[in-house]
Amino acid sequence: MQKFIDLKNVASEKYQQISNKPRVRIGTDISGVAAGSIEISNEFAKHISENNLDVTLSHVGGFGLSYAEPLIDVEMTDGSRVFYSNVNINDVKNIVQSHIINGIPLYDIAFAYTGNLTNTNNTPQFYELPENKLQKKILTQNFGEIDPTNIYEYIVKDGYSALAKALFEMEVDEVHKEILDSKLRGRGGAAFPTGVKLGFLKGSNAKEKYILCNCEEGDPGAWNDKAILESDPHRLIEGLILAAIATNASNGVIFIRHGNDIPIERTKEAIKSSYDNGLLGENILGSNFSFDAEVVLVGESYVAGEETALMEAVEGKRAMPRYKPPFPAAFGVWGHPSNINNIKTIANLTSIIAKGSEWFTSIGTETSTGTAILCLSGNINKPGLYEIEMGTTIRTVIEDICGGIPNNKELKLLQTGGPLGGVLNSSKLDTSIDFDSMAKAGAILGSGGIIVADQDVDVIDLTRMLIAFCQFESCGKCFPCRLGNSHLLEILNRICGKTSTEKDIELMRKVGTNMQQGSLCGHGQLGFNPIKSALEYFKEDFDLALDTSIGEPNVSINIPTRANRY
Amino acid sequence: MEPTTNNSDIETQINNAIQNNLSGRMTILAALLAVQDDIGYIPQKALEIVAVLNSTTVNDVWGVASFYPNFRFDPPTEHTIEICWGPSCHITGAQDIITTCLNELQLDTEGDTTDGFINFKFNTCLAACAQSPVGSVDHKIVGRLNNEKILNLINQLKKTKK
Repeated sequence: MQKFIDLKNVASEKYQQISNKPRVRIGTDISGVAAGSIEISNEFAKHISENNLDVTLSHVGGFGLSYAEPLIDVEMTDGSRVFYSNVNINDVKNIVQSHIINGIPLYDIAFAYTGNLTNTNNTPQFYELPENKLQKKILTQNFGEIDPTNIYEYIVKDGYSALAKALFEMEVDEVHKEILDSKLRGRGGAAFPTGVKLGFLKGSNAKEKYILCNCEEGDPGAWNDKAILESDPHRLIEGLILAAIATNASNGVIFIRHGNDIPIERTKEAIKSSYDNGLLGENILGSNFSFDAEVVLVGESYVAGEETALMEAVEGKRAMPRYKPPFPAAFGVWGHPSNINNIKTIANLTSIIAKGSEWFTSIGTETSTGTAILCLSGNINKPGLYEIEMGTTIRTVIEDICGGIPNNKELKLLQTGGPLGGVLNSSKLDTSIDFDSMAKAGAILGSGGIIVADQDVDVIDLTRMLIAFCQFESCGKCFPCRLGNSHLLEILNRICGKTSTEKDIELMRKVGTNMQQGSLCGHGQLGFNPIKSALEYFKEDFDLALDTSIGEPNVSINIPTRANRY
Repeated sequence: MEPTTNNSDIETQINNAIQNNLSGRMTILAALLAVQDDIGYIPQKALEIVAVLNSTTVNDVWGVASFYPNFRFDPPTEHTIEICWGPSCHITGAQDIITTCLNELQLDTEGDTTDGFINFKFNTCLAACAQSPVGSVDHKIVGRLNNEKILNLINQLKKTKK
């Protein structure tokens, strides 16, 4: 315990050095970079050095308010913060001159503020904005606030105190029991109780046991796993060590898709600084517990997110699912007992151990405890990443948090839980966002992506795109999935091209049933979901498409083809 | 198209790539990713070297290399343009942008331009869905794309051609 107290002291000393001067935070997560935050950051650096200012320029993750990016936050030494949204490169000079040098915030272009400021010209309080106020931030509490590459800032925010608690104040069984009692369910899509899953691994007596952390995240429309890695990677590492303590695992693997450079770099850096500070490796914090963690990269493959395909990919092979049994807890990666969890699941453990299972079960619904991180995109006023309490309705998220649909249009379609999830129509807006209600509505919460489409969307064309995705990403191992998806795409092309008949609907259902029954993993089993749910909620659109006497054929779609995968 | 460098040069390049760039443990996939990142493609010779390093066959290595769309097997073009075709981008107009790119680059589908200067590639998700439609130019992500913006970017690339 002494080692942790020493570490905390070092951390607060280092933090002092940042906090006693003005600080500019710039969101440089993938979404921020896409909006141009690197150029803004360079411009700030230029003006700061030109004026010889003693200012900390921090690359933080994102607040999740993607619509406001590039989002800049200027904090003065009195603790007041003023936020500037959609910052233009020409604004930077004025912000530096007026706000940082002269101490006069530019309220005419400010987005929001916090702290003790007067005459703010009706600028709203940042944390009172509906998109912030309606959130329940647990996993995302440090997003945008801390520098993800600085371990000391995480420690100052009570980081690694759950680890110290588990190591020095709790028994192994207590740690596991706390996770069981929290009723936490897997956040990757299948919603399996995490405590039970960890119990499978805990039961094994093997010396080498693996906890795998899944950040393959191939779901288009969801980026919350990557957001954790780029905004607060230490929360994940702490959770990973806690999962290892609960199961007595020896190794951790964080599994990220190649090409996501920002999350990869930040995770690697976080692992390195954890090793440097005695939080990973031999005898963590002077206890007798040892644990190693590493990052493994995988090529682009959607199926690699499936737990057994993931193990194949970690071993460097083609990402194709294995037969079960043996289950991963008995025979996993390199033959060692393994446990695969989504990143959000693992990151939740940090707060559960720190604050207790009773606190955790008080959040959310009876069967879905905790929060969900939603990624909103598509035709919506305020796309972004929002963490909400389980049980919030979709309507609250779309209308109150995201400010509704642009240009006074009507909402037509919601696509949830990734391409395999399914689509909903506006009649389902009052569905509560939790695992069971979403499943009952015919969609899944999945990893939390919600794509919104307005009245102008062509449902059949979108369904064709989703099936094209499933077809492209099928690993090819099971032929009902490999051929089924191609067949479905062919039929949808016929429908879009106005050369189809009523019989095709029946044929699609037949193919879908075969895929569901004859495939090894979720990709084939759920591959018919987009069509099934579209047929349920948008029957009239299909009827119109099948009526060859009206409408124009929509033949063209640009999609990649995969010649040499199989 | 075979590289102009001679055989021992490419061998050194491949070995250096694997030595300096390998992320984590040695596996077929990790070694191939290291080569792709460093050299920009997987030369025939790399399949052999990776096979030896992993005590396996060239066949097995090819099996992995052909499975993941990350890899290309001839020398890279000067520049790369990727456009996301995922659902968020689809809804916000990706198809239109892809068509514009293909017309401008005189291509039918993904691939290299005839002068071998620019490579066009579909991407299934660049993870910036909130800024859709999204693309990337030389692996630098650009959000809130429209036809005008992408044409500007392509023209900027074309201007750099000597």
